[in-house]
This record gives sequence, C-alpha cells and structure tokens, in this order.
Amino acid sequence: MISSMGHIMKKPKELKVKPIKNGTVIDHITANKSLNVLNILGLPSEKIKVTVAMNMQSSHMGSKDIVKIENRELESSEVDQIALIAPKATINIVRDYEIVGKGKVHLLNEVKGLLDCPNPNCITNALEPVVNRFYVIEKEPVILRCHYCERIMEEEEIESQF
Amino acid sequence: MSFSLKNVISIKDFSKEDINFILKQAKELEPIARSQEMCQTMAGKILGMMFYEPSTRTRLSFETSMKRLGGGVIGFAEAGASSVTKGETLSDTARMVSEYADALVVRHNLEGAARFVSDVVDVPVINAGDGAGQHPTQTLLDLYTMQRVFGKIKGLNVALIGDLKYGRTVHSLSYALGMFGVKMSFVSPPELRMPREIMHDLRHNNVVAQETDSIQEVLDDVDVLYITRIQKERFPDIEEYLRIKGAYRINATMLQGKDLIVMHPLPRVDEISPDVDDTPYGKYFEQAFYGVPVRMALLNALIKPFE
Repeated sequence: MISSMGHIMKKPKELKVKPIKNGTVIDHITANKSLNVLNILGLPSEKIKVTVAMNMQSSHMGSKDIVKIENRELESSEVDQIALIAPKATINIVRDYEIVGKGKVHLLNEVKGLLDCPNPNCITNALEPVVNRFYVIEKEPVILRCHYCERIMEEEEIESQF
Repeated sequence: MSFSLKNVISIKDFSKEDINFILKQAKELEPIARSQEMCQTMAGKILGMMFYEPSTRTRLSFETSMKRLGGGVIGFAEAGASSVTKGETLSDTARMVSEYADALVVRHNLEGAARFVSDVVDVPVINAGDGAGQHPTQTLLDLYTMQRVFGKIKGLNVALIGDLKYGRTVHSLSYALGMFGVKMSFVSPPELRMPREIMHDLRHNNVVAQETDSIQEVLDDVDVLYITRIQKERFPDIEEYLRIKGAYRINATMLQGKDLIVMHPLPRVDEISPDVDDTPYGKYFEQAFYGVPVRMALLNALIKPFE
C-alpha cells in the first residue's frame, strides 16, 4: 500500500488469540474478575499457558472476562469456587480443538472446606478438627453464612480469600 | 403440638411451634420448679455441664432443672477445671463427657462452639451461650416471661436497650420476637448498634425495627424495656464509656406513670437503679426464676426418659 506521501505503509500486526488445542475455556466471567479466577486455580504457574482477556464485549453481560488454560481440565471443586466470584461463568472443555464439554458454574447451597470464616472468634479458627461450612443465603451478590458462628460473609470478604 | 429439635443451638433452628411447645410445657412444670410438686421424669439420667466460661444463673438453673426432674448432673464450671488446661480440644472433651451423660450443656467463649459439639457427639446438645453468638435458652425464658406477664407475645411493643452489638441475648431475642410479630425498637449508642447479620435476618423476615439512640423516644410506646449491660471493655476511652453508660440508665422516677415492665438478662451492674427492684415495673428476678421451668421443659423434650 502506498500513502499519499508516497511512503509504503506497514499493515498493522494483528495479535490474535489462537484457539487452544486441549484445555479449558472459562467464558462469561464477571468483568475484571479473571485475575481472581486465576488465583482460585493456582495460576499463573510456570508450565501452564494461560490467555486472559478482560473487559470484552458481551451481548448478554455488557462486558466480560475470558480465561483460556491450555492442557488443563477443571475439577468440580474448582468450578464451585469460581461460582463464588463469577456466578455466570461457563466452562468449555476443549480436546483437539473441539468443545467436548460445556457447562455453567453452579453455586451450591452449601460451600464446604473452601473458605475460612472471617470471624476470629469462630470455633473454626481455633485448633479444633473442624471443616469450614457456609450456607449460601443469597446468590447475587453472594452472601454466605457460617454454619458454626452464623456470621455472614459478603462478596468483598469472599474475594479477599482468593 | 410437638418439639422437632434434637439439639438446642440457635433460636433460628426453632419453628414457632417448637417455641410454643416449650412455653406450654414450662407453664405445666412451674409447680415442680417452685418445689410444690415432685417429678421423676429424668430419674436415672445425667446431664453433662461443660462451662468454659463463668456463669451463675444459666449454670445453676440448668442444674436446678435437672435435679427437680429427678436427674443428676456432672461437669465443670470453668475451663481451668477441665482438661483444656492440658491442651485437650473441645472436640475430645465433648466426646468424652458424652460417653458419661445423656445430654450436654455447653457454654464457650468461641462462637459456634455448641454447634461444633453437636456435630461430633451423639447425645443432645444445648447451647448455654457461645461468645457473642447465640443464647437460645435465655431467649425462651425471655419469651416465657412476656407470655406470663401479658398473657401473649404477639402484638407487644418491645425496646431492646444498651449493648446491641455484643450482647448475645438481644441477638437471639430479636430474631424470636420477629417470629411472633412483635414491634421492636433498638435503643443503643451508634457504636453498639445491632450487627448487620441480625438486621439482615430481620429484613429477610419482613420485620421492621426502629433504631434510635434515645430511651426517651420509646418510653411512652413500649410494653417492655429489655435492658442489657454496657461493658467497659468495649470502649477504648473511659470517658466515653462513662458518658454512654449514664445515658442508658433506668430509674424509678423516669418510669412513673408508664405502662410497661423492665426486663434484664442479669447480671446487672448499675444500668437499672435498685429503686426499680420492688416496683411493679421490675420483672428481672421473676424472669430469672422462669429459667427453671423453661429449661425443665427443654430437658424433658430432648432427653428420653426411662419407660
């Protein structure tokens, strides 16, 4: 291409996000929460290739984040955790470039063994053989109640644990 | 009418039917609580008392209740007298005591302790106060007191006054009063207001409660002034504590001509002047007595007697 000044114009390089061969694509993550999702999944790590897209346009959500993880299929306990901070997220399992499994994250009525109670005076923060349990009392935004001390935990406190 | 619970941990576990069942049974047990009649429903049964925190009324009224019903009591009255000083966990101590007793009564400084104990033992567990959490048997005796004095709970107008943030009795009580359609006012200094979780529950149950920092605002409208102690250790500044404490003090002069009763979970320090004690307003000692028939009703409901 030749510009009006007679210079040859370079075609701008397009950085494309390639489809992944094997792994998981987490779509419809609440905008700007993808870094929390990475934390839940124990990422980044040296060996795993991850692509993060933030504030992408979404017809359903206005804006959303997307995370692509190569060579890793998510376990259900990890999916449950994602539901706590990105309740609309969808999980696509990819094998050989094909989506072989598609599902939404589901916030169960009870969250067990994932989060610590923020109440320092809760029995779960003492040296007792006890597994943390929370009831989901509201889903959007998420509000949890500790099974033991009955204190409620709101979004901000939940996110601070990831 | 029946009782559906296996443990008594939080007033939130109770249905209105459960509460009414206990209140009705308590009324029938009053002559036994007053030593006018004898009862042996708990003969041969043992109640295990695990008190990690000091308590006078709750502990003694549980012991009285079990003994009036013909049962026995074992346990400890402070953490220092238990194996906790040797580093034993609550879980281990509870399992051990549950091997000796037919039911456990637990008071602990940590919230959720009684729920945790009920998860690890097979016998019924009664929460006798867990940190700033729940104290359901106190709530039941508070409801019973209102029922006995007014002949009803529904439709009453109750003001909860003092330390609403840390006072565990008012947390359980406000929840229960909401179930009975009681109109409530929360009177406290701004720094000691009802915690957000309690307000959340009340809103969720469509209970409207007025919040104010002035006792004068509620005096003409209420049937019950429920006073709680404001504790010095909640305030970093002693001057602030003294100022606030003075503003929430009740005396006989300010009650004159009013149509109300004064309740208090006790112990009182000086938030109710002694000149209220012998007036028709002061119901707190009667309230303390009602702890016995109410706890007797709970023990009968939880522990299966011998045939």
